[in-house]
Amino acid sequence: MSNEQKQVGVVGVFDDPNVLYKAAEKVRDAGYQKWDCHTPYPIHGLEKAMGVKDSFIPYLTMGAAFCGLITAITLTGGLNAWYYPINIGGKALFSWQAFVPVMFELFVLFAAFTTFGSVIVFCKLFRWHHPLHDSGLMADVMCDKFALVINAEDDKYKEEATKRLLEKAGCSDVRPLMENVEEDGGLV
Amino acid sequence: MSKTAGSLLSPPELFERPITAKELDDNIYLPTESFPTKTWWIAMTISGIMLLIFGLSVGHTIMVGIGTWGNNNPVGWGWAITNFVFWVGIGHAGTLISAILFLLRQKWRTGIARFAETMTIFAVICALQFPLLHTGRPWLAMFWLLPYPNDQGIYPNFRSPLAWDVFAVSTYFLTSLMFWYTGLIPDFATARDRAKNKFRKAVLGVLSFGWNGSHRAWVHYEKAYLLFAGLSTPLVLSVHSIVSFDFAVSVIPGWHTTIFPPYFVAGAVFSGFAMVSTLIIILRKMFNMSHIITDNHLELMNKVVIVTSMLVGYAYAMEFFIAWYSGVVYEQFAFINRMTGPYWWAYWSMVFCNVVFPQLLWIKKIRRSAVLMYPIIILINVGMWFERFVITVTSLHRDYLPSSWDYFSPTITDIGMFVGSWGLFLTLMLLFCRFFPVVAVAEIKAQLPNAQPDHGGHH
Repeated sequence: MSNEQKQVGVVGVFDDPNVLYKAAEKVRDAGYQKWDCHTPYPIHGLEKAMGVKDSFIPYLTMGAAFCGLITAITLTGGLNAWYYPINIGGKALFSWQAFVPVMFELFVLFAAFTTFGSVIVFCKLFRWHHPLHDSGLMADVMCDKFALVINAEDDKYKEEATKRLLEKAGCSDVRPLMENVEEDGGLV
Repeated sequence: MSKTAGSLLSPPELFERPITAKELDDNIYLPTESFPTKTWWIAMTISGIMLLIFGLSVGHTIMVGIGTWGNNNPVGWGWAITNFVFWVGIGHAGTLISAILFLLRQKWRTGIARFAETMTIFAVICALQFPLLHTGRPWLAMFWLLPYPNDQGIYPNFRSPLAWDVFAVSTYFLTSLMFWYTGLIPDFATARDRAKNKFRKAVLGVLSFGWNGSHRAWVHYEKAYLLFAGLSTPLVLSVHSIVSFDFAVSVIPGWHTTIFPPYFVAGAVFSGFAMVSTLIIILRKMFNMSHIITDNHLELMNKVVIVTSMLVGYAYAMEFFIAWYSGVVYEQFAFINRMTGPYWWAYWSMVFCNVVFPQLLWIKKIRRSAVLMYPIIILINVGMWFERFVITVTSLHRDYLPSSWDYFSPTITDIGMFVGSWGLFLTLMLLFCRFFPVVAVAEIKAQLPNAQPDHGGHH
C-alpha cells in the first residue's frame, strides 16, 4: 500500500453542532454545490442549513405499495376467481373481503422492499471508499466529531478562499482532505 | 434542554449520569470487541445444549413424522400451534417499541429498541419452525404455502386464514428484518472505524454498506426510518390479528369470537414486554449498561405491562360473559369446561400469572426494582404460554361428539421442541450480543444533552 496522497478538497472538523450548523449555512450561501456534512448521528434541521431538498423516498414507497396492492388483487382474485375458480362453501368467487389480508400484506411488503432499496440507492451506499478514511478522520466522525467536506471539484473551490470561508464560519480545525493514490482500492 | 411534549422522559433523565458520545461507544462496543466473558460462555454452553435438543427433536419429527407429537384426533393443534402463537407474540413487543413508540416520539424507546427488535427477528424465526414442521413434510411445504400451483394446476385458497398467515408472518419477518438492518447500518459503520484489525474492518465495512455519515444520506435515511415505522405499525397489528383469525374464522366453540384480534394483539404486547424485561435485565447486568438502560426504562415497560395485563384480563372476562350472553350451549360449555374441566389447572395458571400477579406492579417499589419485578415478569411469560395452550387445546379436546373426546398430553418430542426452541432463541440472542451493538448507538447519541443545535429543538 502506497502512502502517496493527493489533496481532493478541504475539510473542517467541528466539535459543536451549533457551529457546524452556522458554518453549513455560510457554505450554502456562498453557493457551493459539491460539499457535505458528515456526522455520527442525524442533526435535526441540518438539511435546511445545507439547502438539501427533502427526501422523495415516500413517493416511491407509496408507488410500490400500490403496486403491491394491485399484485395482490391479481394474485388472489385472478387465481381463485378466474384462472382456476374454486367454489368454497358457495361463496362468491371474487369474495374480495377475504382477500383483504393478502392485499394488505403485499401492500406493506412491496413498500418495505422499496424503502430498503431506496436507502441503498439514495444514501449512495455500497461505495466502500471515502476520502475521510484516507485523511484519518472517519473514526472521529463516526464517534463524536462533525466534518464539513468541500470537494475540490466544486466550481467555486479555491483552496485558500475555501479554507478561509470555513475559518470565518467558526471552524478552528480546517485540514486538507487527502485521498490515497492507489489503483487497488481496498474495501474501506 | 427543552422538554419535548408528549415524551414521558425528557433527555436528561434518560441516562443515570452524564455520558459522552465517546464513553457511550466504548461501553456499547466493548462486548463486541473483547473476548467473551465467562458468563457468556456458560450461557452459550447451556443454550447450545438446548439447541442440540431442538436439533434432535426436529430430526426425530422429520425422520418419523408428526405422530411423534402428542396431537390426537380432536386435538389436531397441540403444542406446535401453542408455541407458534407464543413466539410470534413475543416478537410483537419489538415492533411496538421500535415503531409505535417511535411514531409517538417516546424517547425512552431508544435504549431498548435495538434489543427488542432483535428479539422480534429471532422470535419469529423460532415461531416459523412450528407451523413448517407441523406440515409434516417441510421440504414440500413451499408447494402448499406459497402461491404455487399443485400438479392439477390448483392454487392455494386465498380465503383461508392459513394462507393469510403465510403472507402475514413472512411479510412481518422480512419487514422487521429490513427495519432492523436499516437501524444497524450507522452502528456497523462506527464499529468499522473502531476496529483495529484489518479483517474485522473489512467485514464490518461490508455490513455497514459503506456508510459514511453524510448528511445528504441521513436525510433519506431518516425519512426511510420513519416510513418503516409507519409501515410496521399497522403491520404488527395485522399480523397478530391474522394469527387470531386462524382460530376465529373457524366454527369451533371457544375460537369463534370477534374479540380475538384485539385480544391477541394485547396479549402479544403483554408477553413481548415481559420477555424484553426478562432478557434486558440480565443483559444490562452482564454488560454494565445499567446507566443506559435505567430503572426508569423498566418502570415504563412495567406500566405497559399493567395496561396490557388488564386488557387480557378484560378479554378473559368478556369471552366468558359473551359465551353466557349468546345463549349458545356449546359456547357456554366450552368456557365452563375451560375453568372446571380437565384443563382447569392450565386455565387458572393463566389467570393468576397474567391478571392477578401483575397487579403487584401497581406498587412503585416493585415496578422500579429489577429483583422484585423479576418473578412477576417470569410468571407472565409462563402465563402467556398457558393462554395459548388453553385457547388451542381446551377448545379442541371436547368435540361436538362426546365419543371423540380425548385428552392431550405432550410427548418427549413435544417438550424437546419447545425447550429446544428456547435454545435456538437464546443462542441467536447470545451471538447477537457478542457480535452486534446491542443498543442503537447513533440514535442515543442524537439524544445526548447538547447533541443537537439549540435552534433545532422545538420549543
